Amino acid sequence: MRKVLAVLLLAIVGYYMIDSFLKIPFGENRNTVGDYYLNTTVKETGSVNTVTSIVVNYRGFDTLGEVTVLFLATTGLAAILFENKKRKRRLQHASLIVRVGAHLIYPLIILLGAYVFIHGHLTPGGGFQGGAIIATGVLLMFMSYRSFEVSHKLLVYFESIAGIAFVTIGLSGLIWGTSFLENILPLGIPNSLFSAGVIPIIYIAVGVKVGAELTGLLDNLLKTIK
Amino acid sequence: MVYYISAILLILIGMYAVLTKKNIIKIVIGLSIIDSGINLLLIAIGYVKDATAPIFSDSSLKASGMVDPVPQALVLTAIVIGLGVTSVALALVIRLYDHHKTLNIDKIRKLKW
Repeated sequence: MRKVLAVLLLAIVGYYMIDSFLKIPFGENRNTVGDYYLNTTVKETGSVNTVTSIVVNYRGFDTLGEVTVLFLATTGLAAILFENKKRKRRLQHASLIVRVGAHLIYPLIILLGAYVFIHGHLTPGGGFQGGAIIATGVLLMFMSYRSFEVSHKLLVYFESIAGIAFVTIGLSGLIWGTSFLENILPLGIPNSLFSAGVIPIIYIAVGVKVGAELTGLLDNLLKTIK
Repeated sequence: MVYYISAILLILIGMYAVLTKKNIIKIVIGLSIIDSGINLLLIAIGYVKDATAPIFSDSSLKASGMVDPVPQALVLTAIVIGLGVTSVALALVIRLYDHHKTLNIDKIRKLKW
């Protein structure tokens, strides 16, 4: 009965969604906002990756809010799972092949994550993606070694320094420029590593922050397994 | 056009899981399926025929042959928020299991519909 009701409800919702979306032209030309960004981004921000320049430069304040949301999510998770007595992770021992393989791959994954967030303004990538890649590397180590520990103090230091760096760059735009998060550094030659002004610095800060936060989140979740 | 329909189908599959499943973990999985469906839908709206990714990595690339970068930037935000929502939901599921010793929402009192 409940399933029939659910299918009926979803059929109505789906019909009206598809009906309204068929009226939106598919694969046609862009609207004016996207055109503006594509035509002016290299001139204005020096970043060749338009998505990065929108996320970090044009909508940089929004990204600061996004980082804050992620911080609140990890803090909330730690608060929900908080316990007075300390627990150790109780996972099964991984096999020898997994352990040796993880040991070999782990530094390479960290390197790949760092590469992705340092080259955020040149290639498809950025702080959030690079941070997530670093966290997957740490997760691999958590899964393969029972005794692998990450110091929470170190994570908190990384997280705070990265967050403070982001806000400091924003405030320096206010001091030496005209608005919060304004670009105050020279733009450089597009398509080179040292270009795009403050974008790479902000993305490195975001990458370190996201990597530390996701690592802490995984550690908290794994420690509550009984 | 087929992208719109498949993304909407993905959203509907997620909603079906949220509405009918009894296991809370499956409901959280349904929520994240809805999340991916909406992200795909937004990306599909920004699509332009025969266009490439909006990155000027080569001097031969022109702005006229690129897809809309605005939905991609918004989806980048949406993915991170989705991750936060999923992680907090899973933490709440862990606490519910500690308290009730079950994941079946029919057996948890005051949680029926």
